[in-house]
Amino acid sequence: MGQYVTEIRCGGAVAVDDTIQVKGYETRAGSRILEGFRPLFSAEAVERLERAGYEIAGKSAVGEFGLDLLGEFAHGGANLDASGALRGAAAELVAAGSVKGALCVDLNGTPRRAAALSGVDFLKPTYGTVSRYGVIPCACSGEQIGVTAKAAGEVRELLRVIAGHDPKDGTSLPTETYSYNDGKAVAGMRVGLVRELSAAASDAVQARVTNCAGRLRGLGATVDEISLPLSDAARTAWNLLLCAETCNNVSRYDGVKFGYRSPDYRNIDELYVNSRTEGLNFLTKAVILYGSDVLSKGRYFTCYDKALKVRRLVWEQVKALFKDYDALLCPACAETAYRPYDIKDAFATVFAESLFTAVPNLTGLPAMVSGGVQFFADTLQEGTLLNLAEALEGGSAK
Amino acid sequence: MPERWETVIGLEVHVELSTKSKIFCACSTAFGGSPNTHCCPVCMGLPGTLPVLNQKVLEYAVRAGLALHCTIDRETRFDRKNYFYPDLPKAYQISQLYRPIARGGYVDIGGKRIRIHEMHMEEDAGKLIHSDYGHETYPDYNRAGVPLLEIVSEPDFRYGAEVVAYLEKIRSLFTYLGISDCKMQEGSMRADVNLSVRRVGESGYGTRTETKNINSLRAIEHAIESERSRQIHILSGGGAVVQETRHWNDDTKSSTAMRSKENAPDYRYFPEPDLPVIHISEDFLQTARDSLPEFAEARQARFVSEYGIPEKHAARLTVRRETAELFEAVVSHGADARDAANWLIVHVPHVLRTLSEGVEDIAPDAAELAELIRSTEGGAVSRADGLQILEALLSAEGPFRVADYIREHGMSVENDEGALEDVIRRVIEANPKAVGEYHSGKTKAIGFLIGQAMKELKGKSTPAAVHERMEAALK
Ligand SMILES: [Zn+2]
Repeated sequence: MGQYVTEIRCGGAVAVDDTIQVKGYETRAGSRILEGFRPLFSAEAVERLERAGYEIAGKSAVGEFGLDLLGEFAHGGANLDASGALRGAAAELVAAGSVKGALCVDLNGTPRRAAALSGVDFLKPTYGTVSRYGVIPCACSGEQIGVTAKAAGEVRELLRVIAGHDPKDGTSLPTETYSYNDGKAVAGMRVGLVRELSAAASDAVQARVTNCAGRLRGLGATVDEISLPLSDAARTAWNLLLCAETCNNVSRYDGVKFGYRSPDYRNIDELYVNSRTEGLNFLTKAVILYGSDVLSKGRYFTCYDKALKVRRLVWEQVKALFKDYDALLCPACAETAYRPYDIKDAFATVFAESLFTAVPNLTGLPAMVSGGVQFFADTLQEGTLLNLAEALEGGSAK
Repeated sequence: MPERWETVIGLEVHVELSTKSKIFCACSTAFGGSPNTHCCPVCMGLPGTLPVLNQKVLEYAVRAGLALHCTIDRETRFDRKNYFYPDLPKAYQISQLYRPIARGGYVDIGGKRIRIHEMHMEEDAGKLIHSDYGHETYPDYNRAGVPLLEIVSEPDFRYGAEVVAYLEKIRSLFTYLGISDCKMQEGSMRADVNLSVRRVGESGYGTRTETKNINSLRAIEHAIESERSRQIHILSGGGAVVQETRHWNDDTKSSTAMRSKENAPDYRYFPEPDLPVIHISEDFLQTARDSLPEFAEARQARFVSEYGIPEKHAARLTVRRETAELFEAVVSHGADARDAANWLIVHVPHVLRTLSEGVEDIAPDAAELAELIRSTEGGAVSRADGLQILEALLSAEGPFRVADYIREHGMSVENDEGALEDVIRRVIEANPKAVGEYHSGKTKAIGFLIGQAMKELKGKSTPAAVHERMEAALK
């Protein structure tokens, strides 16, 4: 466990989620199936940090492939303890001041949820702005590296370093650098409060959102309640795509070339089956079964292809809202604290919670959590999100 | 009276593209090489890697699609095809199912049109090498990620000979395009045969089988004959053909069942999320159209009309683009077209056989070859000497001068100034058509006039001198 960040360090070191490769560090993505896997190269985002002079503090803990709620189902120790506190996760390391910031992969809202619970910031930028080269792949069409940090200024600083075109990533957008200084000012900003998402959260979280809306009005923004009727369909579509893509991506882990190999086999089929049976947890297996079902013959057009159509409809619906609003305000999760639960319930639990986070994963739009609430913005409008967070944190809005 | 049967065949042809690097990474595509030496994290499918499309592959695919008279999809994309096998490091192959690059083309063979259903791009898998002595299997990923085109025909073939003609036509088109060497023995062209039989007069299709592992044109004819007989035998006896995939064994000249429809894999295709949709611009398409060469058939017809050589010779000369181009270059350097055709069809291959070289390995200097042909056909050197010079020319490592060789070996050419002037005047008078063509801008015609002069001179001058005087005389 020596590579994981366990002690308080001062200064500007950055933690990297275990779903992101760092050369020389064992990269397990929280799974036994990758035990002993030492990547031959660092992720592009990590290389950019190192080139800019940042020290890599070590790996921050994630649940298996980042598929769970908060890292509660990691091989080698849960991130969520009985009291409901996070342990070893990026958000907790940042909150404790152990690191300046962290790179986290947002594939189903986990780092946003963790940031909301720990009271720190997380920004998932527009899909294609930060290279995915070196991310242990799961849901390629929507997963994105983002930055966890204590304040918006640090998020902006780190994101500037890691964002920009990477020829190694075919989905990388062509822009070479991003300043994130081009956001709308909060005074005069038009914010839409998403009715369906707010209503689905607990009273405590709803109170947070209402309070935030009040403070924004005090800063000169207008806040209207708006409706995003497709948010539920967005959740279903994203979870369907995520399961299909993850099922496909983890099928390369066979116990042969790298990672965990079961000691118990008599032939090649047993080697495959036993390595996977022992190497993957219940949640990942559920994702594999669901994902392979929605891609099977006869189901592709009724499931997968429909999800792609929903993706387009949600995109159109959100884009229409951004004609009238600069940002959308909503909860990042349903509760203000979570307790450990049985892994057999994980699939349903993650599905339920991803209601609040699925739209940005499905559409590739940027999303930011700050002060325990969440904002969505239009494509490449990270500057607006950072201005909102900065203003609410009491800094000067740019 | 015995029943009459008709065979219905559809073909899936895989062609390896001859790009320098693989389809999604920078690794070499060179054939051979020690196992696992042309590999990187991308083509080994290590986690964290991402594919980036080699633009050359797209360019080659568009040109191939146009050559097959297909419609190019202006918005094409890749899909992931899932199957778990040790030769496939990612456990999926990046291929195209939903939006293939090209659809709906055709290939004409003789008097018959074979329709193309679609053509798509994909990556090749690795190879499994089975140990001769133990039970071990060694994967070699050098081939993993080599770019492939798969061409799927409609079930338009009725005879093995049509299949062979179709494959030869594709090989001709693709070698003319310079996008593949299409060598079946090296696996750069592979064909799977879908075959069913039906009683003559029936319009529906019978149950078909797919035969794989066919490695030569001869094998494909055997495989078709064998499968046709097998199915007719089953149906004649009142049985039913099982839809299945069969494996051809060329040693035993028979096939065995690999898997039936029931346990056929479900490939669970879905759009490749790591590669964006490819938009093909009108400019890109136009550049591809403009780059299409004159293919063998058109060139063959032109050779007959332009050079007056027999159809049979024109066909032989246009099998390979390089031979056709060499022929025209040699003629433009003053060799007689019929002589040049004869040399390229008979003498050059003969000498190459004695040198044990392939015709693809040589690229002789056209001017020197033209001079050699003129000198020999004009009688300045004997045929035996001419062939000896040809052997020297074809095996020369560096620059080779036919004139120097002739001089050094005591076959020096006389220079008769008076005779030269005389001959040039006579040739110009006797060939008003060529002279007219020359004056109207078809400067190639001078080659014909030089050839005629050299023939009359029986080698008693150098081509350079004839060229100089002829040009002056034509002014
Ligand atoms: Zn490679």
